[in-house]
Amino acid sequence: MNHQFKLLRKESYSGLIGNLLKSQQVYGPVKQEGYTYYKRISYPDEITEDYIIPQMSAKSFVFPKIEKLFSFVKSKDGVRVEDKNLDTIPKKVIFGVRPCDATGIHNLSAIFLWEPEDSIFKKRREQTTIISFACSSADDYCFCTSLGGGPGNTAGSDIQLIKTGTNDYLAEIITPKGAEIVSSNPGLFEDVDSVEKEKYLVRLPVCFDDSELEDKITDAFDTAIFDDLSMKCVGCGACAFICPVCGCFDIQDETKGSMGQRVRIWDSCGLRQFTLHTSGHNPRDTQGARYRQRLMHKFSYMPDRLGVKGCVGCGRCSRACPVEINIHENLQQITKLVKIHKHE
Amino acid sequence: MNKNNIYLPYQMKISKITQEAPGVKTFRLEFLNSGEGELFSFKTGQFGEYSVYGEGESTFCIASPHTRKGYIECTFRQVGRVTTALANQEEGAVIGFRGPYGNVFPIDDWKGKDLIFIAGGIALPPMRSVIWSCLDTRNHFKDITVFYGARTVNDLVYKQELEEWGNRSDVNLHLTVDPGGETPEWKGEVGFVPSVVENVAPSSIDAIVIVCGPPVMIKNTFPVLKKLGFEDKNIYTTLENRMKCGFGKCGRCNVGKTFVCKDGPVFTAEQLADMPGEY
Amino acid sequence: MEKLREIAGELLKSNDVKVVIGYTKGMNNKVTPFFAKKQEDIAKLICGNSCAQNLAVYLYKKDISDLGKPAIVANIHTLRGIMRLAVEKQIDKKEMIILAIDNAGDIQKLDNLSDLENYLSSVIPQLNEEDQQMLDELNRMTPGERMVFWKQEMKKCIKCYACRQACPLCYCTRCTVEENQPQWIPVASSVVGNLEWHMMRAMHLSGRCVECGQCGKVCPVNIPIHLLPVRIAQEMKTLYGTSTGISLSEKCDMSTFKPDDKENFIG
Repeated sequence: MNHQFKLLRKESYSGLIGNLLKSQQVYGPVKQEGYTYYKRISYPDEITEDYIIPQMSAKSFVFPKIEKLFSFVKSKDGVRVEDKNLDTIPKKVIFGVRPCDATGIHNLSAIFLWEPEDSIFKKRREQTTIISFACSSADDYCFCTSLGGGPGNTAGSDIQLIKTGTNDYLAEIITPKGAEIVSSNPGLFEDVDSVEKEKYLVRLPVCFDDSELEDKITDAFDTAIFDDLSMKCVGCGACAFICPVCGCFDIQDETKGSMGQRVRIWDSCGLRQFTLHTSGHNPRDTQGARYRQRLMHKFSYMPDRLGVKGCVGCGRCSRACPVEINIHENLQQITKLVKIHKHE
Repeated sequence: MNKNNIYLPYQMKISKITQEAPGVKTFRLEFLNSGEGELFSFKTGQFGEYSVYGEGESTFCIASPHTRKGYIECTFRQVGRVTTALANQEEGAVIGFRGPYGNVFPIDDWKGKDLIFIAGGIALPPMRSVIWSCLDTRNHFKDITVFYGARTVNDLVYKQELEEWGNRSDVNLHLTVDPGGETPEWKGEVGFVPSVVENVAPSSIDAIVIVCGPPVMIKNTFPVLKKLGFEDKNIYTTLENRMKCGFGKCGRCNVGKTFVCKDGPVFTAEQLADMPGEY
Repeated sequence: MEKLREIAGELLKSNDVKVVIGYTKGMNNKVTPFFAKKQEDIAKLICGNSCAQNLAVYLYKKDISDLGKPAIVANIHTLRGIMRLAVEKQIDKKEMIILAIDNAGDIQKLDNLSDLENYLSSVIPQLNEEDQQMLDELNRMTPGERMVFWKQEMKKCIKCYACRQACPLCYCTRCTVEENQPQWIPVASSVVGNLEWHMMRAMHLSGRCVECGQCGKVCPVNIPIHLLPVRIAQEMKTLYGTSTGISLSEKCDMSTFKPDDKENFIG
């Protein structure tokens, strides 16, 4: 894919954010008590560039932890249901999204736009413009390159900014939405002749072959590996909630007096209640079975059914895990499994 | 289904409530907006999400046959928060319904064959939809045999319809209750469903068998059917994993890569044999 | 470290224990829980000040109980966790060997709960400096300021329940947040609901919390949530003069009722 590149000089960078602030909500990585979060900003200089990856992924822009689906009012005459007004979903531009997080939104779309399309998700996706920052550094938990991603991956981004040696930015224009930002900010973007994007990106070694992983994990359902890998798992939902691609949810009703709303909220396959039947029967009764679901959903079922992986190699789940379960390490172990030949 | 908001239910008026067994009720539901009702269609085997506003949604099959228009029915046992709230509703009340979801029983492919229905306990509702759909087009099929069992006589649902089927000359009905569940007046059999099926031994030649029941009943019935010569591809059942959305997004109901809500809930024993036992 | 491996190796060799619950170095040099089941696993066991997690949570986990009699490498947090779980009759009948490790790295093999009680009799529970500083800071705030502080923190909560799952004393098979008839606490994450949940948990741990701080350490969004139960633990000490997870004869202060109590209201 040949994207157009422009030059955004460091002097123009704040101007761009300033201009965007005039027309829509702007979010970006902001430091708070030493940690970085994607937060709404009012001034360009609130955005930090000193971060590997924000604590929480960018998925909440399209899949918030709580999403109203519709509301209702109960009275003695019955119930009046009021549909969600999609026009209330504001336009947002998110600055400084890491390429892995942008890919996460791209992959999450495969779930929500799978027939029947989720119009709420779709509207949020349409209203959100993503200006990603390519990665010039990584930490021990990052492994995007092993899953076909990379520090300059453009999936899910509308524009990608790559910081150059002169502290200016190369702007890679990826989508029409991105092009519109360029055209509506004349004078800020300059033409460039030669582009050597790669030299500004961090090098991250590929540690396993992702197609081999898919093969191995698909055949591993009946092996003991998931029980072994999850023995130390305490069964919380941190990995799922912090994951940029985990899209599983619960639907609940919330009421206050006679008013109420039905909401869609984050849920996690790691929690015992997730698949528990009212009868007490649980199809995934052990933590091993639940961890197997987590990994197989991401690396076997999603690629098979939706053509995308459920993991982008951001390493957040490993950073967040209370007991240091490291997904990168686990995946390497799975690729080392001896191929099992099933009896025909 | 509402195209603009897939989570938005139809408004349904409860036009009739039948107390089937202790804690088990059937609702007949009519579309509050008759225009929506006219556009609505489903096929036997499909399910939906039923809701009480303020309490939440619960998943059950559509228990009425697709051959009867203008309403749908559902049968449920009062166990959790939503089913309790549903059970507390009165005739005339309005509840929500989303659907239909899932695949269907391919009854058009069964023409000219014997049909054998085997159901246990509260699993008769999905079966009832198929039975009536077949009875309403009775001349398409040869012999129709129904095996139905519950824990006790009191727990048998659709008692009136059971009587009606029992009186029909074109239905062979075998009712059974678990040992100890019989009453002095009980005229049916006593014993577990799989062993009753084994004793009656229906012919597997040119026959389709449909099994619905709790996982343990299904697991015990399949071997009996194999012994009687039924091929896996002629054995149908439904899976009832927990669901929230009903359309392949919430991530609960999958058995391996198979989504019960989209690819099911109807599966043949042949398909199940290829799936992991996550149900 | 050598001594730990030596003892653990012997225990596995004699077939007296089937698994040694301890720590190892995981990827990126991080300390992680580890279950040594075979002789070749022994060399992976480590100990030291970085081994801070409370491992007592694994003693009642089914997959691990299924392995057979365990030996457990226990820092002070784990020791107090084990003691408190025994007091609350969760593991009082369980056969296990405790490998107690003190701050200096000295290791002592404890064969039963009375050995553990003896060992703990000389231990004075002390909160770490950083936590004490944070508590002091909160104590200095006005109630209004404290509310602002906690509400701000509650905004971050994603209701992943890592705090609950990592806590050895949160062993309820059905937590109140999973109760929906009635729905005591909203399922969705909201500031007020989240505060309700964490207050509820802290109250349920009053007189039970062993002050390991594990719930705060594991929070993926860095909420210092352990300060709630730990603060209550200090209050309990002031009110009743008792510490938790120290002695087999300690009571459940908040759930014990005496017929001759001067208060006639049971809260």
